[in-house]
Amino acid sequence: MIEIKNLNKSFGDRQILFDINAQFESGKVNLIIGQSGQGKSVLTKCIVGLNEPDTGEVLFDGRNFTQMERVERKDIRQEIGMLFQGSALFDFMNVEDNIRFPLTMFSKMSKKEIQKRVDFCLDRVNLNNRNKLMPSELSGGMKKRVAIARAIATTPKYLFCDEPNSGLDPQTSIVIDNLIREITYELNITTIVITHDMNSVIEIGDTILFIHQGKNWWTGGKAEILKTTNPEILDFVYASSFMKEIKENMQSSK
Amino acid sequence: MELKIRTILAIRMKIITNIGLYFQMLWVVFSKPEKSKVFRVRLFDEIQQIGINSLPIVALLSTFMGGVIALQTASNMDSPLLPAYTIGYITRSSTILEFSPTIISLILAGKIGSNIASEIGTMRVTEQIDALEIMGVNSLSFLVLPKIMGAVFFFPVLLIFSIGLSLVGGWIAVTSTGLASTETYVFGLRTFFVLSNIGYAVVKSVVFAFVIVSVSSFNGYYTSGGALDVGKSSTQAVVNSSIVILICNFFLTQMILL
Repeated sequence: MIEIKNLNKSFGDRQILFDINAQFESGKVNLIIGQSGQGKSVLTKCIVGLNEPDTGEVLFDGRNFTQMERVERKDIRQEIGMLFQGSALFDFMNVEDNIRFPLTMFSKMSKKEIQKRVDFCLDRVNLNNRNKLMPSELSGGMKKRVAIARAIATTPKYLFCDEPNSGLDPQTSIVIDNLIREITYELNITTIVITHDMNSVIEIGDTILFIHQGKNWWTGGKAEILKTTNPEILDFVYASSFMKEIKENMQSSK
Repeated sequence: MELKIRTILAIRMKIITNIGLYFQMLWVVFSKPEKSKVFRVRLFDEIQQIGINSLPIVALLSTFMGGVIALQTASNMDSPLLPAYTIGYITRSSTILEFSPTIISLILAGKIGSNIASEIGTMRVTEQIDALEIMGVNSLSFLVLPKIMGAVFFFPVLLIFSIGLSLVGGWIAVTSTGLASTETYVFGLRTFFVLSNIGYAVVKSVVFAFVIVSVSSFNGYYTSGGALDVGKSSTQAVVNSSIVILICNFFLTQMILL
């Protein structure tokens, strides 16, 4: 479980996050949603330590990450897998080497065991015959799948996904969403997904944190978010014609 | 007027902040590598990238540079009292003391410096550096240390290679134009030879290698924004490393030769 307590973050004079409190449970897909520029990515970067919060605490299963030194943080970081918006595959390595990299750096596995793990991860994301391709030779969806395989290679306890569906077609988005959900349940890990995609919210969201104006505006489940009367959330959830239609159907069926 | 003073103060503050940040970066770069086996592999890759891949350009430049030095020396020798072997003597001295270590480093600052800054800068803007950090890898040590070590190790090799080819270039130029015979040119090369000058040139090449890689890595690592900013960082890396090379050249000459 990941807990955030009274987290504040500013850049210069501009405060981005205001007193955020949240809990992300293990074995669940926890979503952070909100409009662009509301502080979702900054919050995630504060959680994983890429940005230092001004005040507040981030606890990974009770371990206070914010108070740790760089060396101590290394242990927790090795328990984190992250899927970046642009995949962030190392472009000087092929698919296989990208997945092998965290294992070579930190695991005590033999070469044979590492290869077995790499093959398993590639198989898990249905890319077992693409292991020698370079990232530049992959489609957007494939890159995301390789990034997922790399993120799960070290069997993480915590998985962060920053807009995993950005730039993908609807079908590939569903494949990626399902993969994230399956991996979360299989490995019983704490998954945090940042998204604007309402399809993802409905497909995979176990718990949802709505960030608005840098504040923890609303927390709940996917069934509740569709019924909420909060105007900011209504604006966000029913922004598209498709969602408006769903809302109308829901109302007419009542 | 007040605005001008504020702008000057802001620029000074930026320079001081960047110098501080540069030394902070070096402190992190020189921490112990995560895994020595991975470091060794990366070191050999960098020697290939930075050193061996630069051999053709260094060879071409050095040969023509030596030729031009020899021809210019010969064309400026108006007095019949000056012996013909002076051509070899001046070609050797200019090459060892200045042309091979400094000019080659300035050229390599353009080739290697822009390459390093754009490589690391692209990794920064495409979140590859963030990915390394999240895995628990010391990204500075992982990316920059093998480059520095590779360059520091291989620049002296490039220097000796450059000196050799420059002298050969001079020989081709004077003998093909009939300005001096091979014997006279070689006699000039051997006249008043000071071995410690080679040591001075090696020291310069090591310092310049360090400057090119560390300054370019600094510019690349602290890139923010997008593709346009990577381009700007790359240009800035070449400008900054060239300036630092020239400053270091002045002080090294004063410290070692005088």
